[in-house]
Formats: sequence, structure tokens, C-alpha cells
Amino acid sequence: MYKKTIRRRRAVLATLVALSLILLTAYFREAPGGVLHTVQRGFSTVVSPVEDGANKVFRPVRNFFGSIGGALDAKSETAKLRRQLAALRSQLVHYQDQARGYREFASLVHLDTRLGVGAYRPVNATVVEQSPSLWDATVIVDEGTPSGVAVNDPVIDGEGLVGKVAQAWSDGAEVMLINDHEFGATARLAAGGAFGTVQPKVGDPNEMVLQYLPQNTPVNPGEYVETAGTVSGEGQSLFPPGIPIGRVTSGGSQSQYESINVEPLVDLHDLNTVQVLTAVHGSAPERITQLLSSLDSPVAADPSSVAAAGGQFDATSGEG
Amino acid sequence: MSPSGPRRRSGPVRSAPATLGSVGFRLRRRQEGVGPVGNSWPDAAIALRILALAVAAVFIQTSVVAELPVFGVRVDLTPLVVAFVGFLSGSTVGAIAGFGIGLMVDLTLLQTLGVTSLIFTFIGYGAGRVREMRDPQATLVPLALGAVAAFVALVGYSVMEFMLGNDAPVSFELGRQILLGTVVDTLLAAPVWVATRRALEPRLPDDPRRRRRRAYTTGGLSPLPRP
Repeated sequence: MYKKTIRRRRAVLATLVALSLILLTAYFREAPGGVLHTVQRGFSTVVSPVEDGANKVFRPVRNFFGSIGGALDAKSETAKLRRQLAALRSQLVHYQDQARGYREFASLVHLDTRLGVGAYRPVNATVVEQSPSLWDATVIVDEGTPSGVAVNDPVIDGEGLVGKVAQAWSDGAEVMLINDHEFGATARLAAGGAFGTVQPKVGDPNEMVLQYLPQNTPVNPGEYVETAGTVSGEGQSLFPPGIPIGRVTSGGSQSQYESINVEPLVDLHDLNTVQVLTAVHGSAPERITQLLSSLDSPVAADPSSVAAAGGQFDATSGEG
Repeated sequence: MSPSGPRRRSGPVRSAPATLGSVGFRLRRRQEGVGPVGNSWPDAAIALRILALAVAAVFIQTSVVAELPVFGVRVDLTPLVVAFVGFLSGSTVGAIAGFGIGLMVDLTLLQTLGVTSLIFTFIGYGAGRVREMRDPQATLVPLALGAVAAFVALVGYSVMEFMLGNDAPVSFELGRQILLGTVVDTLLAAPVWVATRRALEPRLPDDPRRRRRRAYTTGGLSPLPRP
């Protein structure tokens, strides 16, 4: 009796397992239009209305448990979304920073085209440090003598003149801004063409003064002031002509000369990317170029070798 | 006296060694003259109840439970039902119920026919054999049984899919799903066990061992109080 029971139990198990394997194999091997697939689709067609009914009946239950699960998940979801928000925010800041840099470079390129400063071998540099002192108006840029940067090289940005290089070393340079009390440059009125000297206004580093203009020079407020690019004193001007410096805000007179207040165009408190013009009149590369051309050497015909020579000179001597 | 107290003591029923070998077990069965409940074919009433339970389980699973992910995993009640049917009704009925429920799941969900049937057949049979061989009485047995059934089902699905050529990689995520699915199913084993027992137990043939145990607890086979 017991053996019979055991045999029957094992026979049932073997039959069911065999049936499952046969079903599995047959289903797996037959085409989608086969008998088993058809039976399965027929069964699904028959039970689908029942399923729909059950679905509708149990929907409130499902919604209830779903809302509980949603509430439980809400906390972790919130934390996850906060992390995503922080990541996206930093990404946005990064992109905005890149966009601003792009705009600055675009304005520099525009300035290159407009002023023709491309001939002065501009070197793009990033401001890495800014003097916190109100009266010591200098910034540090990340390009130095290996790039051809030398003392007294003009520095511009997309708005106009920023200053000049005060010191240069192997991996950076110090730029004296135009509102530094030691700064001075020959300038002219863009419309009138009268020449003078532009300097920071005493007591107000955010304002400049264009002085030594001839008496009775017609000056209109809002008129632009730009670099003169002419001989000033014993040497040539450091700055190429036509670089915007500022805009006339008000006029005045000083003995036989006239002086006017000029508001700088460049936002000197928000400098990020600038250009150093490494080959202007009076600068070391320019002097080397002149020297080489006067030697009538074949080397002078190769501008790249001239540039390399100029860079090497700057790097080794450090002279401006 | 606690009802569970005398069960653990050695009495007339437990005169045989506590750990029964297969030979001793068979001898004892022969002496009893009546096979365990799982080795007898169910009558029509219990068959109908099992069928109704299977249909309800499959429809509740496909219509409600499958759309309620818990901890990111989908709960599966059907292996629990199969295991509990097997545990209550025996290995033969458990295997048949497992095959039937598995086939219904495969047909309803348009899966490869035979996969779930094969896995559930083993689950139902195994649960029935646990009852027939050990007859565990601890309170947490349904939970343990549910955990094992869920684990076997989840691993079985994975192995079958892998053998059938599914390209799902064996990854940490798969292990996490199996582990979490087992835990969630274990938590749900208690209510499923209660529902299954309520549906089946009134119609199940009385198990001789259980009847003897009840007699020992109540003081005799007769429902009448002893003098």
C-alpha cells in the first residue's frame, strides 16, 4: 500500500515535470502562429474581460497601497531630486561660466577685427588673481614670458584698454590697470581727434582724466576716448592706436590746457579674460623684429622664427 | 497548561526516534496503516476549492499585486499559494496545483508555456514533502516556507530564462531583486497562509498524526470530556 502510494506520487511528479518540459520545448520551438501560441492567445482573450473587471474592482485597493508606497518613496525621491538639482545647478553654473568666457572671447575676436590688433600677436590670458586693494589696481594673469608676454605690453579686453603689463615671469604676469595711480597713456578724442594724456583721477580710482588738451577743444559728453598710438615724450606710445579707453562724462579747464573727466569703458572689477598684445611699438618682440630685419638675414623672413626668438628673449632676460 | 507544551514533550506518539530515517519513517507509516494526507487523492470539494483558490490567486496577482511594487520589486503571491497548498494538501496535490497555477500564470501573462509550471510543480511537491516527512509545527514555519518558495521561484525563473537564451546579465541588480523579492514575499507569507488555510483546511481529510496530537492535547479521541 505504502509502496503504491510512493510510486503514484513519484509518477505524478514525473508526469508533471515531463509535461512541463514538453510544453516548454514545444512552445519554444514552434512558430508564433503555432497551436500553443494560439491556445495561449485564446485563453488570454477569454480571461481579459475578467482581468479588466478585477482590475476595476481592485483599483481602489491598488491606489490605496500605491499611495502608501508613494508616500514612503517620497522622502528618498526628494533627497534624490535634491541631489540632481544640486548637480544640475553646478552644471548650469559651469555652462554659464563657459558661455561668459565664450562671449568674452568673441568680443576679443571682434575687437581684433575692428581694431586690427591681430597684427600685434595678441595672447589670450585668464585673470587668476585680482588685487583686493582699491588703490593698488593690479591683476595677475596666467600667461607669462613663454607666451611672449613682456613688461609694458598693452592689455585689452572686449570693451577696450585694460592696462599694461607691470611684471612678467615664466607662468604669469602682473597687469597694471588703467585706474592705477601710476598709469598714464597718450589718448585722443575719437570724434575731435585732440590729443592729451589720460590718467586716473586723484581721489577717485574709478574715474579718469584726459588732460593737457588744447584750450577751446570742443568736447561732447559721451564722446569716446581712445589710445593715440603716437609719439609721447622720448619714445613711441606703448599702445596701438584706436583702442577705446573711456567715455567723456564732463568737461573742465586747467590753466591753458583743458581737462575732461572720462569714465572707463572696461569694468575693471569684473575681469576674466584679457588679451596681451605682445608685439607693439617699443616692446621687446617688436625691437627684435626690427633688429633682425635690419640685419638682412634669411631668418627675418620667417615670422615664426622671429616670434620664437622674441619669446626666448623675453623668457631669458625678462626685459620689457 | 499551554496547548503547545505537551506537543514538545515525548509522549506516546513520539516514541519513535526524534530524527527519523527513511526506513524507520516507512515502517512507522506501515504500522499506522493510513498514509499521510498528501498521498490520498483529494475529493471533488477540495479540488474545487483549490481550483477557486488558484484562479483567485492568479487574477489577484495579475490584476492588483503585480502593479504594486514594494521596495522596487514586484510581489509574487502565486509561489506562496502553491507552497501553502502543497503544505496543507500534500506533495501530490501540491505538485498538481503547482503545475496548474503555473500553467495559468503562463497563459495569462503570455509567457513561455511550461516555465512557471515546472518551477511551481517542484515548489508544491517540495512543500508537501516537508509536511509529510517532518510535519513542522512551529509558528514561523509558514514564513520560512514562503521565503524558500519565493527564493526558489525567483532563482528558478532566472535560471530558466538564462537557459532559454535570455541575454539578461547575471548582475548585482539581479541578486538584489531576488533578495528583496524573497524578503517581501516572506513578509506577505503570513496573510497568504491564513487565507489559504481558511480556504482549504475545513475540507481537508483529517491527518492521523494531527488527530493523535489533538487527542493527546485534549485528553482523548472522544470530544466528550473525560470523567
